[in-house]
Amino acid sequence: MAVDTLQINENYTEKYGFHDEAAYAQQARRGLSPEVVREISERKGEPSWMTDFRLKALEYFLARPMPTWGADLSGIDFDNIYYYLKPAEKKARSWEDVPEAIKQTFDRLGIPEAERKFLAGVSAQYESEVVYHSIRKDLEAKGVIFCDTDTALREHEDIFKQYWATVIPANDNKFAALNSAVWSGGSFIWVPPGVHVEIPLQAYFRINVENMGQFERTLIICEPGSYVHYVEGCTAPTYRSDSLHSAVVEIIVKEGARCRYTTIQNWSNNVYNLVTKRAQAFRDATMEWVDCNLGSKVTMKYPAIYLMEPGAKGETLSVAFAGAGQHQDAGAKMVHVAPHTTSHIVSKSISKAGGRTSYRGHVAVYKQANDVSSSVNCDALLIDDASRSDTYPYMDVEAEKVAISHEATVSKVGEEQLFYLQSRGLSAEEATTMIVNGFIEPIVKELPMEYAVEMNRLIALEMEGSVG
Amino acid sequence: MLDTKTATGEATLIVDDLHVSVAGKEILQGVDLEIPKGEVHALLGPNGSGKSTLAYTLAGHPKYEVTQGRAIWKGQNLLELSPDERAKLGIFLAFQYPTAIPGVTVANFLRLAVKNVLGDVPAVEFRRQMRSVMSDLKMDDTFATRYLNEGFSGGEKKRAEILQLAMLKPQLAILDETDSGLDIDAMRVVADGINKLKNPEMGVMIITHYNRFLNYIRPDRVHILHEGRIVRSGGQELAEELERLGYDKLLKEVQADGR
Repeated sequence: MAVDTLQINENYTEKYGFHDEAAYAQQARRGLSPEVVREISERKGEPSWMTDFRLKALEYFLARPMPTWGADLSGIDFDNIYYYLKPAEKKARSWEDVPEAIKQTFDRLGIPEAERKFLAGVSAQYESEVVYHSIRKDLEAKGVIFCDTDTALREHEDIFKQYWATVIPANDNKFAALNSAVWSGGSFIWVPPGVHVEIPLQAYFRINVENMGQFERTLIICEPGSYVHYVEGCTAPTYRSDSLHSAVVEIIVKEGARCRYTTIQNWSNNVYNLVTKRAQAFRDATMEWVDCNLGSKVTMKYPAIYLMEPGAKGETLSVAFAGAGQHQDAGAKMVHVAPHTTSHIVSKSISKAGGRTSYRGHVAVYKQANDVSSSVNCDALLIDDASRSDTYPYMDVEAEKVAISHEATVSKVGEEQLFYLQSRGLSAEEATTMIVNGFIEPIVKELPMEYAVEMNRLIALEMEGSVG
Repeated sequence: MLDTKTATGEATLIVDDLHVSVAGKEILQGVDLEIPKGEVHALLGPNGSGKSTLAYTLAGHPKYEVTQGRAIWKGQNLLELSPDERAKLGIFLAFQYPTAIPGVTVANFLRLAVKNVLGDVPAVEFRRQMRSVMSDLKMDDTFATRYLNEGFSGGEKKRAEILQLAMLKPQLAILDETDSGLDIDAMRVVADGINKLKNPEMGVMIITHYNRFLNYIRPDRVHILHEGRIVRSGGQELAEELERLGYDKLLKEVQADGR
């Protein structure tokens, strides 16, 4: 499938940056208080244990200081954010039932078309709530649960409660605490033992209103021997003031199961994207994060894998692209709790026009975890002299028999490469885009084809006007 | 930029009093050269005489600073155009040391290059053409899926250059020491490839250090470049004379001839 280069000249504002005048079913107040939290829980008709969980999390959030070790977060005004907006009265299971304005938004983003073509199930979240949801009948028949997290709490409370906040406790960090207090929407997936979901399940997250906070919560449980690939995409309109996206994703991969979680994050450049993602992989299980960050003003995200039992494997492949005014502070965390576990981190970052990327990684090996191997490869590509890339690799190794490697490179787009491609008729911009796409190819080739095409196209958009 | 005297629009290259400096040092010191449409010219000269400088300057490498002179091609001064504009006007440089572009497959790169230079062709037709040329050059089908010049052997790099030449169908092909580093068999494959591509619409400038390559590709004219100037021009017999005498003797003769 060829990339449609005719679309290269579109920019973010035209393609994703529009917003629509949606009518909100319940207009929330700005700012955060126990009353707001209680109100969210009440409107959702939650059991009291969840209300209590939320209120406790709010205390943790308020008690914790802002983290200062990473990106600059001083621009976040917690009092000016809408913590909950409900755009529709009822969730639709057929596309026709989605309210017209929201339908138009997702139509413009190509969601229903994507679903028809290649997805096993789709969830579309607009502001705080999931507005559309579908799953293929054959998967439903096999017992796969794929629903929004609110529905899961209502309809599958037993499974839900067993795993909820077990991987990421409410007090894990300030933004996980915030999410725990005001969470809404997100995906819940339960794959029964031995069931392989062969084509991806997808969720699409959209922020529409200025100063919105989106706090979805995703929980995935892979029973022994199962397989699932979950893909999420994110966009938002371009406003003058900032929005906040602070998700929590918890994944449990049981014996011999495999889970792949792919993100294509393309928030507009005024979204603070502060996400906590963590998975536990048990005996002979495989967990893979494929994490692509193109948008946002600030991203802080370090998908983590806890390798709990022998034979567990973890892999994180990440791409970060930072343009003017953007700081992508991304990376990965691997915790070898058990012996005979392996982890692999590949991070590729691109900075242009003064953008800043940081790789922040942590590999920890517990004392009893011998015969562990871990490799980290970080490559940074700088498009110009104004841009910046930093690497912060941390290692805590308490075991003795471990094989750990770390390699990092920083390179600039070379004059010889540019000239070579230009001498074959590519413009300077096309040549740079090709070099950048080649740079991230080892990760993009891991994406489902439709997303790989989209990713190459997004890079072309980002590179637009970058060559003078 | 049209020049009234030479604005023929013809695919004839006229290099006129070309002076080029690299890092402040003048390498070309007044090169005059004409390659009429469809002719094959060989440019010979000892190391450091400026052969590659001329090639890169014609292709538009930013490192080479033109301080004087012109290169007229299709009624325009090539030296005022960006490298991609030159490519679109039918200029092609086969690199002596083509650079690697990791992660970009030969096929994807060629597809965009062909689209830019010749216009879009249907994917099926493109692949058919590419396979046919690759088979002529004794390249395996999987070659198209390898990353451009990454981990290529010397011979593979040269063949990849000729593959691009074949696909982009230039009207002036500049071959910068395409024979260097090739064993005799590889040289024959490359030379056969070039001979097959030769046509009345394509001029060729073969830059080489040795005469050997010219036994496979017979030039219409031979030029000898020395210290940044063309010091002698002739037919194929000039290359043979050079082979007999070597550079030192031949250049002494040139000087004795009253330069």
